[in-house]
Amino acid sequence: MPPRLELRNITKSYPGIVANDDISMSIMPGEIHAVLGENGAGKSTLMKIIYGAAQADSGEIFCDGKPIAAHTPATSRALGIEMVYQHFALFESVTVVENIALAVSNTFDLDALARQITELSNRYGMPIDPHRRVHDLSVGERQRVEIVRCLLQAPKLLILDEPTSVLTPQAVVKLFDTLRQLASEGCSIVYISHKLDEVQELCDTATVLRNGKVTGTARPKESTSAQLARLMVGAELPEMHVSPSVPSEKPVLEVRGLTAPARDRYGVELKNVSFEVRGGEIVGLAGVSGNGQAELISLLSGERTHPNALTIHIDGKAAAHLNASERRKLGMAFVPEERLGRGAVPPHALWQNAVLTAHRTGLVRNGLVDRKGANSFAAKIIERFKVKANGPQASAQSLSGGNLQKFIVGREIALQPKLFLVAQPTWGVDVGAAAFIRQTLVDLSRSGAAVLVISEELDELFEICDRLLVICQGQVSPPLIRTKTNREEIGLLMTRVDRGNGTNGRGEVAVQD
Amino acid sequence: MAAPVVATGLTLVVGSLLFAALGYDPLATLQAFFIAPLNSLNGLSEWLLKASPLILIACGLAVGFRANVWNIGAEGQLIVGAIAACGVGLFYPNPESPILLPLMVLAGACGGMAWAAIPAFLRARMNTNEILVTLMLTYIATLLLSWLVHGPWRDPAGFNYPQTALLSAAAMFEPFDYAYRLNASVFITVVAVFLMWLFTDRSFLGYKMSVSGAAPLAARYAGFRESSAVWIGLLAGGAAAGVAGMAEVAGPLGQLSPQISPGYGFAAIIVAFIGRLNAFGIVLGGLLMSLLFLGGEAVQMNLGLSAALTRIFQGILLFFLLAADFFIFYRLRRIPEHA
Repeated sequence: MPPRLELRNITKSYPGIVANDDISMSIMPGEIHAVLGENGAGKSTLMKIIYGAAQADSGEIFCDGKPIAAHTPATSRALGIEMVYQHFALFESVTVVENIALAVSNTFDLDALARQITELSNRYGMPIDPHRRVHDLSVGERQRVEIVRCLLQAPKLLILDEPTSVLTPQAVVKLFDTLRQLASEGCSIVYISHKLDEVQELCDTATVLRNGKVTGTARPKESTSAQLARLMVGAELPEMHVSPSVPSEKPVLEVRGLTAPARDRYGVELKNVSFEVRGGEIVGLAGVSGNGQAELISLLSGERTHPNALTIHIDGKAAAHLNASERRKLGMAFVPEERLGRGAVPPHALWQNAVLTAHRTGLVRNGLVDRKGANSFAAKIIERFKVKANGPQASAQSLSGGNLQKFIVGREIALQPKLFLVAQPTWGVDVGAAAFIRQTLVDLSRSGAAVLVISEELDELFEICDRLLVICQGQVSPPLIRTKTNREEIGLLMTRVDRGNGTNGRGEVAVQD
Repeated sequence: MAAPVVATGLTLVVGSLLFAALGYDPLATLQAFFIAPLNSLNGLSEWLLKASPLILIACGLAVGFRANVWNIGAEGQLIVGAIAACGVGLFYPNPESPILLPLMVLAGACGGMAWAAIPAFLRARMNTNEILVTLMLTYIATLLLSWLVHGPWRDPAGFNYPQTALLSAAAMFEPFDYAYRLNASVFITVVAVFLMWLFTDRSFLGYKMSVSGAAPLAARYAGFRESSAVWIGLLAGGAAAGVAGMAEVAGPLGQLSPQISPGYGFAAIIVAFIGRLNAFGIVLGGLLMSLLFLGGEAVQMNLGLSAALTRIFQGILLFFLLAADFFIFYRLRRIPEHA
């Protein structure tokens, strides 16, 4: 049997960089094949070439033994190759079925299509209501829409680009079930990721890329994480150094009885949230996404204010009524989970994005922006945090997600905060950079700052936090000491049943997924 | 950089076809449109005289446009600025005072800002749509002007024409040469262009405005107040339009009448976009727009082209310019039929 897809000696260069260098690989029908590599290793370029969104400079592609000449996404889809991008391409203001109808060009019988969507999505265990509007959907649900859109075409090869970077742990389990079912029906799957544990759990084979070259192939289920990591990074991962914390006497962040209504119909109401973070310690906030994290973080950062000033104290001062800029004056810095459009202005250059929050470090003189100062500020961050960018003039949107995250983390840390809020610090960031960011957070806290990390990755929280909080349905648990708790306890708190609403069962908890 | 050249070339081609089809000599028409108006000192004077308010207003509007604050009521702000300035000019106790003219500039700016403050307040406090409010306030301003010149401010010695008395010499900009109408108010525009460049390109306030425009969530993340972007955006446009209105009254007109602006406030919106909201671009855009006004009048008078035809031709040029900009950022591709 010929392979479903075979690449021979694919090479693709962009000005100044060879993105793919002599890459060969083959994928059999029904195989789940991982493409592993750090950010910038050439994974996304390779996928674009397979999908036809980019053309290789040299090399050949065979599908079921037949060569594919110059192709486009449309010809790929005619061949049964479908791709789910990391960043979804959905129209937010229209419904699921209308979005899918746009992609399935020959169908405009919406009712029939809606029935088809319901049937197909239920068959693969990811139910979706075809008549909901996309802007009301959580990211997990949006991804389902993208996958269902692909499945409607009965694909022979499905490409997924870092599909779990936006998913909750529960949603990941469901996604993997779906993918295994698809593979068992003969569909080949190319799974791009840098999460080793997921690849080990799901994939049959892995091709590892580094700097555009294949550095090895492996059977993930039979390899250790360390072996795979070495192929990816080219060196052993640095070990984390977490020294014991010496918490300050007084809390730097104090939240007392914070209650706030939901922002909209799909938001979550915060109920009587109380906790504190002291200088010198890292406190982690665990929880399934959509349980009030977004509300809490926007209230803590000052993007949303609260009429009762006393519910939040920063460094001993009542702060709940202050806006983000005023809270930053009290020593707060914040890394949001959305990098483009919230943590950074997409079309602006990095030096301009440095001014966004670092203007108070002397980058504004007499009301004018100090361009030289901002440039050297940005250049320092790029150097210190090893941001892959064409210097301070590169626009934020030209950076990969992981590199932009490093830049934003670097910018906020350069403000020498007393209180550091960070949401999902390592989403979509490669292993090497993630380890670096975590170590930076630890070092920051050990130098006396109070750090609050909101993350869905329990492993990450257990690695760096001194104390853990769990948020569930807008309520925050009492703090747990990291060394005296375990995953099971946290997991139970994350999926706690709210007796007040009389609901039961695990499925009720992940409200948005 | 090639885009304006391509757009101009396409306009010339399409325009020539259009003129030829209607029986006019294309070359002669184009010559009359673009070259003849600039052949004399008077032509140059008129060119700058008309370009000046367009550039001034466009600079003010662009400050708001960059922050997604859509002030399309500059025409109304211009009228109110003209009313305020003319009021000071008419009723100031000492008509020979040297501070009269500066006071009128101030009054014009304040009048325009006051008119723009209404939509700013409504948008910042009650989140009303500033596009609708600024546009509707333009009609109110027109009627206010009409009431004043038909009623309380009508010149008693004016043979019942709906217009105010003429301003005193001290209340007007002196022309550089009495043979031509161009006056010192162009220097206000020069200063405005420089201020606009300084504000948008170099100042921190301008930086905050551009963040508000490009990524509202990032502005909120950084703690920049959305309401201050709204206020600054609208007030800048109002002040610029008000001063432009003042310069009309204290310049070529010398008095208020029901029609004091040939649509400068609306044309300036186009100028701002032709100039890509950038100070230098706006200067070029304003000069082009002014030339289109002049050339349009010239061909109507000299060659007898209809007003509609000149407007169509102006529209063609603007269409190609803005479309060429679009194609800088987007590319047309043929999509294979079997998708």
